[in-house]
Amino acid sequence: MATQLVAGNMAVIIGALYAGCDCFFGYPITPASEILHEASRYFPKLSRKFVQAESEEAAINMAYGAASAGHRVLAASSGPGMSLKQEGITYLAGSEIPCVIVDIQRAGPGLGNIGPEQSDYNQACKGGGHGSYKNIVLAPNSVQEMCDFAMEAFKLAFKYRNPAIILADGVLGHMVEPLRFPQKAVVPEIDISWAVNGNAATKGNVLTSIFLNFDELERHNLKLQEKYLKIGDNETAFEEYKVDDADVVLVAYGISSRIAKTAVDIARSRGIKTGLYRPITIYPFPDKRLSELAGRGCRFISVEMSNGQMRDDIRLATGCAIVELVCRYGGNLMQIDQIMQKIRELT
Amino acid sequence: MAVKERVIGGHPGLYAEFLRKGGIAPTATHYCAGCGHGILHKLIGEAIVDLGIQDRCVFLSPVGCAVFAYYYLDCGNIQAAHGRASAVATGVSRAEDNAIVISYQGDGDLASIGLNETVQAANRGEKMTVFFINNIVYGMTGGQMAPTTLIGEVTATTPSGRDPAEQGYPIHMCELLDTLDAPIFIERFSLSDIDHIRKARRAVHKAMEIQRDKKGYAFVEVLSPCPTILRMDAKTVEEFINQPMEKEFPVKRFRDRSAESKPIIRPDSNFSKESLDNIFGCTTSECIEIIDDHNFKAKGVKIAGFGGQGVLSMVLALAQAAFGSGRYVSYYPDYGPEQRGGTSNCSVIISGEAIGSPVVDQPDVLVAFNKPSLEKFGPSIKKGGIIIYDSQAGHYKAPEGVIVISIPAAKIATDMGVQQAANTAMFGALMETGNLGLSREAYSNAFKVTFAKKPQLIPLNLAILDAGAEAARKSLVN
Repeated sequence: MATQLVAGNMAVIIGALYAGCDCFFGYPITPASEILHEASRYFPKLSRKFVQAESEEAAINMAYGAASAGHRVLAASSGPGMSLKQEGITYLAGSEIPCVIVDIQRAGPGLGNIGPEQSDYNQACKGGGHGSYKNIVLAPNSVQEMCDFAMEAFKLAFKYRNPAIILADGVLGHMVEPLRFPQKAVVPEIDISWAVNGNAATKGNVLTSIFLNFDELERHNLKLQEKYLKIGDNETAFEEYKVDDADVVLVAYGISSRIAKTAVDIARSRGIKTGLYRPITIYPFPDKRLSELAGRGCRFISVEMSNGQMRDDIRLATGCAIVELVCRYGGNLMQIDQIMQKIRELT
Repeated sequence: MAVKERVIGGHPGLYAEFLRKGGIAPTATHYCAGCGHGILHKLIGEAIVDLGIQDRCVFLSPVGCAVFAYYYLDCGNIQAAHGRASAVATGVSRAEDNAIVISYQGDGDLASIGLNETVQAANRGEKMTVFFINNIVYGMTGGQMAPTTLIGEVTATTPSGRDPAEQGYPIHMCELLDTLDAPIFIERFSLSDIDHIRKARRAVHKAMEIQRDKKGYAFVEVLSPCPTILRMDAKTVEEFINQPMEKEFPVKRFRDRSAESKPIIRPDSNFSKESLDNIFGCTTSECIEIIDDHNFKAKGVKIAGFGGQGVLSMVLALAQAAFGSGRYVSYYPDYGPEQRGGTSNCSVIISGEAIGSPVVDQPDVLVAFNKPSLEKFGPSIKKGGIIIYDSQAGHYKAPEGVIVISIPAAKIATDMGVQQAANTAMFGALMETGNLGLSREAYSNAFKVTFAKKPQLIPLNLAILDAGAEAARKSLVN
């Protein structure tokens, strides 16, 4: 098993290639561009398909086309580009076409800047485009997980015929850590039951999201909602750290969860029973365990680089009206002291 | 002569009965009387059967009236968003080299909202035939002005007629695409009457033949009747196409380079693990086990300097030295307006345990290549920490309780003949005085990785490393 020092954006490409992804369509945007660069370097070496698209919309629609043919397709972008991709993502969801999209979040709104933020949470987890749909959203917090979750995202996207988003940020994209390479390489198979890939076996297949008849479209929507419930029942994932006896539970995902973990250790060293609850899937949001912790009387602090977007989900999960928020904006990471101060306020 | 009844459902390439459409007339289309879509569907169906490529066809249904082309054409079908058909077609074509990709769009879809996708796919010479149905108006959406609407034409959004001063001129797609190098075939034809339809049949056949032969991009513009929206009867719409429309949009073959062009054939994707391991160098890279060592306290190092001073390569070498010694390590290049030009900085953490935050706010060690970095990060250093800087930054008064080491790194490197190796001299100083718990062997091993492509540079860099270390020892004594 090989280990190498690798950047997060590179790890995504490694994971995707070992997961049998054979098409990449992208457009340059900081801080996600290295994914595009590495794809342009490695995909052609394996005769896999790479196109630098003319726009974010074109990139996601190329992905839609190749994924419609049943292939494993990766697209990647950052906030402003993700906004442009939403049209394509709702079509993917509506037509039930699997595809993996990486969002290396940057600071917004508007042009913002190229520093890290986590403010695409709602866009990724609540749909993002028009219509009642959901993406599967995975939140890695290390270079290793950038690779592993790319593999996992393909598995889930194809299991449920649904778009899956890897929601990372500028720190995770650019930071370098040791990566253990995958030990297996997936050889993908086309699912001829739905794909349209230009042969006799799939000639009768149609991929569309238009249903002119109101009742038919309602049935289609109900079927999608059932699927989302099933994903919620089967696929929620989280990690917890020292929550068993905790009075205060920090809830954080992605890079913020690493900062929060350091804060937990410091708080513990000062005798404050603190724990960390880290959602790994942020859609579906892992709410059951949080609800249990709330029942035990825990107080919660949402640690996120956005305006309480995840806090809303914590409130829903716990039924607690008051969930504290520690946040930073504009490309700044939260500092340990800031978290410590909030912990002290609660204890 | 007996007249044989011919209905659209009886034609090759189309379903015999349009069951997907439903309703009480299973062989009638949903198109209005006199509409060009049905005619063009027939011509495409005939061509793909004649050429023996029907099973391989993937038809992209557009938005608008032809969104339901999958009711009729007996082949694989994918529906595309408004304007995006050429991009979706690109995806299918790249993924499935053997697929015959047919994109089909109206004037608003192709020449307005999808103009970029159209031009760029043509310019890449994607393997696809694009049918462009030009009926000078948005049909299904309700008769609004299209990019091809004629001057003076009244539409739902040009109630006084299209005025070039306000709405510009009709856009000529064939002529526009004819300025590009990549397209193989460009032709404009009309569906106005029998004579024109005969010529159209030949053009459709040719455009599909190009796909069978994998030659590349074919663009076919079709002047097509929309009597309903144009509020014309059959005769009037025929005259309208033959005269004002043809005058604006001449019917002709702009280009046919199929004879001289070679087929585009893309190899199958390689999914083998062996190939993957090879391209990533896994077969040669070691398996390094990271060891939990709770006695080793995490060290945060900040390395900062001007772009071009080798900050990142020093960081890489340091991370590699720690990683090679079985330590947990992470590094993170900080953002900032200075990322392009100006100073850049990077956080490195070396630890005996899994690393939390990868950002170093209070460094144990600061390596500063220039004065601005020294001034920016010097005050944040931990008590008992170390600052290493290039003495050309001048004198620096350190915060209390901080050890300061200055070495003439740039001078050492220049004297030893490698001007750009000041970072190696600084690396030597860090090795000597940084208290990072790494052996000299770890540092020299790191060079094997960081200079993997230029191993001939290793001996000289090791010498500079040692000279940097020596200078740091002297600085400490002083």
